[in-house]
Amino acid sequence: MMTRLNRRSVILLALATMMALLPLVFPSSYYFRVASLVWVSALAAIGLNILMGKAGQVSLGHAGFFGIGAYAVAIGPAHLGVNALAAVGIGALLSGLLAFLVGRPILRLKGHYLAIATLGLGVLIAMVITTESRWTGGPDGMPVAKLVLFGWRVSGSDTWYWITAGLLLIGTWIALNLDDTPTGRAFRALHDSETAARVAGVAVNRFKLQAFVIAAVYASVAGSALAMMNGFVNPDQAGFLHSVELVTMVVLGGLGSIVGSIVGAAVLVVLPQVLTVFQEYEHFMLGLLIIVSMIFMRDGMVPMLARLITRGRR
Amino acid sequence: MSELLQFFVSGLTVGAVYALVALGFTLVYHASEVVNFAQGEFVMLGGMVTVFAYAAGVPLPLAALLAVLVAIVVGLLLYWLAIAPARGATAVSLIIITIGASILLRGAAQIVFDKQFHKLPAFSGDTPVDLFGAAIQPQSFWVLGGAALLVLLLYYVMERTLLGKAVMATAANRLAARLVGVNVATIMALAFGGSAAIGAVAGILITPITLTSYDVGTLLALKGFAAAMLGGMGSPLGAVVGGLLLGLLEAFGAGYISSTYKDAIAFIVILAVLFVAPQGLFGRRAVERV
Repeated sequence: MMTRLNRRSVILLALATMMALLPLVFPSSYYFRVASLVWVSALAAIGLNILMGKAGQVSLGHAGFFGIGAYAVAIGPAHLGVNALAAVGIGALLSGLLAFLVGRPILRLKGHYLAIATLGLGVLIAMVITTESRWTGGPDGMPVAKLVLFGWRVSGSDTWYWITAGLLLIGTWIALNLDDTPTGRAFRALHDSETAARVAGVAVNRFKLQAFVIAAVYASVAGSALAMMNGFVNPDQAGFLHSVELVTMVVLGGLGSIVGSIVGAAVLVVLPQVLTVFQEYEHFMLGLLIIVSMIFMRDGMVPMLARLITRGRR
Repeated sequence: MSELLQFFVSGLTVGAVYALVALGFTLVYHASEVVNFAQGEFVMLGGMVTVFAYAAGVPLPLAALLAVLVAIVVGLLLYWLAIAPARGATAVSLIIITIGASILLRGAAQIVFDKQFHKLPAFSGDTPVDLFGAAIQPQSFWVLGGAALLVLLLYYVMERTLLGKAVMATAANRLAARLVGVNVATIMALAFGGSAAIGAVAGILITPITLTSYDVGTLLALKGFAAAMLGGMGSPLGAVVGGLLLGLLEAFGAGYISSTYKDAIAFIVILAVLFVAPQGLFGRRAVERV
């Protein structure tokens, strides 16, 4: 049996090795782009998993925070003359602040009431983005200025591959570390039983709020990264369907499993690319995938595989 | 004055559709405690099937009947294929399943039909009726009358028939209902079929006014949900009042404040209700039914 510390290093090392080796087998820059999309989505999914899997609270409006991050790096440099990196920070700060303010009343709710409240929040953010076209370009979206780091113009899908890979590694590292902090233990207690956690002296509301803010910041940073990588943003990134996709990544991969979120993101990003031939069927397939995985793999792919392996060993 | 009346009637008309969607939600929630996000897709199916059957030469009443039947079949399939196998899943898992079903149905509609907007002819002409200076579309009367009829019918079934009592018993306590001989699975399937029929009728009635397309369901489901929430989850009376109220809020909001954020009103209502009074206007005081 591996110790906790070991498990953490093993996961990080395996992830980093995979990230380093994958480019060797990539035949074209298209593959770099798809992989970068996986890393970005995985980052948002890991954040959401901290909220859903660890703290046991759902958010059906998480793409809203993703959108705030994306539009921060679009609007900041274009309209306000803010440096792109600073805009990433501002987006994260805004998302965190919004999550903090709205989270207080919202997180008192449970079950489907919480789901609906977060959904409403997400849809409202998307509506503001779509409507305030003077700032956001409306439904058509707007271009994002290229990121310039110390005079170096960041571009090219291979460059973004490494940047997004780095971001995901950092995000994974933080999420894994969180497990062993008092906060992480409080989250797990919350997930298992809110009442028991409360009785054991966990400040339930404070920790729920913390998880919500952390998840919002993750999504915002992921949104910023995607916007800069694409050089373009549109309101779909903040939309309801994207929120559902993020939730599906988390649930498909396995609630509470950090590796699961990466796997879930990979499935949801790669599958539509493989199925482009059946582009008309994309929504149909996504819906089917959601239903089937919720019915037959309630614990998610990674926990299920882990269980199969340990059972095989015995 | 005439402007006020104009907004009032158009608000009531749209509100009647929200009320029907909310009623469908309530029926399913009552029987199975599932929040069915695919409810809006029944409205879409009602409109789209009627449009395409009518275009294929089927007389309008028959096309409408066909649409209701298709929606009922889809509702029953949704229950048997997606909800029943997931028995014992958490409330949130069930929500995700119905969201999946809604995306799937939308995708299917996109393939079977198309991505265009479609219109139906108004049932009794397009000449507006003058009512104290306000020009009222005759179709508005169809919508309001149809909705009223459905509400009364549902009320009668729930209050006066054995079937209604079985639904109530299932809602109150599933195990106890089973012990006194109620076939709970059948009741739940019926609730899905019934709510699908209600949604489809709403879709057929409103299509001559608002048009329809494969993707009208999502927003309608969310607004119907807002209406149900405003009235109090699980209360049929609340669903109707909540729907009409939401329709009026939207109409007056769009008319007197700003039409750009018309669609946002429903979500502001959801958040406001959840913050201030999660039990809604007519609901019970429990936030979570355990």
